Amino acid sequence: MVSQIIFVILALAGTALFAYNARKVIRNIKLGRAVNRTDKPQERLFTMLKVAFGQTKMAVRPVPFFLHLIVYLGFVIINLEVLEIVIDGVFGTHRVFAGLGGFYNFLIGSFEFLAAGVWLACAIFLIRRNVVKIKRFSGVEMKNWPKSDANYILITEILLMTAFLTMNAADVKLQALGAAHYIEAGSFPVSTWLVNLLPSNVDSLIFIERFCWWFHIVGIFAFLNYLPYSKHFHIMLAFPNTYFSNLKPKGQFTNMDSVTNEVKAMLDPSFVPADVAPGRFGAKDVQDLSRVNLLNAYTCTECGRCTSVCPANITGKLLSPRKIMMDTRDRMEEVGKNIDKYGVEHQDGKSLLDDYITREEIWACTSCNACVEACPVNIDPLEIIVELRRYAVMEESVAPASINAMLGNVENNGAPWKYSPADRFNWTQES
Amino acid sequence: MEFKVPTMAEMMAAGEEPEILFWVGCAGSYDERAQKITRDICKILHHVGLKYAVLGTEESCTGDPAKRAGNEFLFQMQAMANIEVLNAYNIKKIVTGCPHCFNTIKNEYPGLGGSYEVIHHTQLIQDLINEGKLKAEGGESFKGKKITYHDPCYLGRANGVYEAPRKALEVLDADLVEMKRCKANGLCCGAGGAQMFKEPEKGKKDVNIERIEEALSTEPQFIAAGCPFCMTMLNDGVKLKDKDQEVKVLDIAEITARANGL
Repeated sequence: MVSQIIFVILALAGTALFAYNARKVIRNIKLGRAVNRTDKPQERLFTMLKVAFGQTKMAVRPVPFFLHLIVYLGFVIINLEVLEIVIDGVFGTHRVFAGLGGFYNFLIGSFEFLAAGVWLACAIFLIRRNVVKIKRFSGVEMKNWPKSDANYILITEILLMTAFLTMNAADVKLQALGAAHYIEAGSFPVSTWLVNLLPSNVDSLIFIERFCWWFHIVGIFAFLNYLPYSKHFHIMLAFPNTYFSNLKPKGQFTNMDSVTNEVKAMLDPSFVPADVAPGRFGAKDVQDLSRVNLLNAYTCTECGRCTSVCPANITGKLLSPRKIMMDTRDRMEEVGKNIDKYGVEHQDGKSLLDDYITREEIWACTSCNACVEACPVNIDPLEIIVELRRYAVMEESVAPASINAMLGNVENNGAPWKYSPADRFNWTQES
Repeated sequence: MEFKVPTMAEMMAAGEEPEILFWVGCAGSYDERAQKITRDICKILHHVGLKYAVLGTEESCTGDPAKRAGNEFLFQMQAMANIEVLNAYNIKKIVTGCPHCFNTIKNEYPGLGGSYEVIHHTQLIQDLINEGKLKAEGGESFKGKKITYHDPCYLGRANGVYEAPRKALEVLDADLVEMKRCKANGLCCGAGGAQMFKEPEKGKKDVNIERIEEALSTEPQFIAAGCPFCMTMLNDGVKLKDKDQEVKVLDIAEITARANGL
């Protein structure tokens, strides 16, 4: 009975804490500008099912695709087992679904294979990161917390799977010994191999079984609450992120309505502008970005596929699309903490541009969309880069001198080079 | 040129309307290397007897480089002025010689009042081949020649046009070799996003060198391009690698014109 109460308290506390932090995340995302991404719900749903649920964009790289698929399936399917664990925890039952008979055996058997697969995949992931040191996982932005974060996630998953399999192994042995409460149920194709490693004493076995049971479920609640602080948040946010992703051609940049009004008024003095909220042109800080940009930042799991295909990054420039996303998230969380501490009006004198992302980075982008194409969850770093450029150019008139010269030429000659418009049709004369 | 390139102003004065407007673009108008491509596109249009026209001196920058550089004001000023000209001429269909113009007019002009059917010249060539109006005969033979095609970002990833340029090359019966990074995974030439007009930021090497090394690793006789900016970047790369005698960078339009003896 005591353990049931402790379990219920833990479960409620774990869920409540997560809800509390999730609300903060939602508040932070809502710092951004509202943007209409609710059109074409069917196409959006299809995109989500295909890209997030179906993992189609992962398939480009077969090895990580396969390993990640195991972990993903493990996460989704083993959660069915968590349902049983929660019911057992609340009502003090043991393997409450055992009544399903053969199907239950099938389920537990598949969970065991998946758990072993997840264990192995995570071990390989750790080796890829820390021993083989795959280039994609390095870079200036991948030091300190991001590096540890990745390892913590993998180690936690290995520990959870170890606990799950050890718990089952102890259970098998207890079932074989005919211990009270441990009914004969389930099929244990993997944990059977661990049985001989365990003691034969019933009390020790019960201790091991209970310890692993608690470790596993408390671990899951703890992991749930780790998500909002971690890149691992993608396991949830990949779904809304793909749902709200851009459905238009990648080359199409947004036309700014606020600018359209001013340009129309300039061309036609009698034009009455539509009601558009005045604001900053482009983005200096996270509040100037759209909510989708900010959701993108929380969704990023720092896999580095974007950076590994970025022509600027490949050729040694400072720009890394992954860093753009990580900086946006870090700044957003900083602004969020300021709001918690000092209220909404507080200004800390810092901004995304310059304090996090440098001018050198934004001007190195070729807008080639390779990063957008590479992202397995449809994150768009390019849009953020363009918004930062818009701020630099339109609010500050600060750009590389050659860019200013080009803009001057377009304005004066209708071409990016210094040629006369009168000579525009001279190409018919072969030289 | 052996024939006169008709302008919209002349057509309108004669009370005629073209089937298609050829949007030349700034590079195609002023850049010496790109001017050759422009003339070859006209030769193709003339050869198949398509009723076309150009804007001539009435054309102006689409605003693309301004938009990619973040100057939305300048972009919209250019766009609205161009849309006014295009709408005044009652333009329905446009073929561009440049993927940047293509992307801008096709995707970003409709929101500002300019809706047209817009195709890139490689798509026009594909259509003409499909309709049987254009073949690869009467000119230089590319049979068995090794050609690798470089996907321009604003044609490929930006708008999903991967097949049209390849189709134009397939009729040549040439030996098409793909680079490792091609189609959706194609590597930029380094000129996009207004990079064409500025020096690159400091780094280990230039993007066009990275790309040309990959192109040359396929040991091609020709590198096919579909964008005047890519053309500049790839040509510079080939020259820097001292390969400009063995390897020629040609636009799909130039290859098509050559194959047809135009």
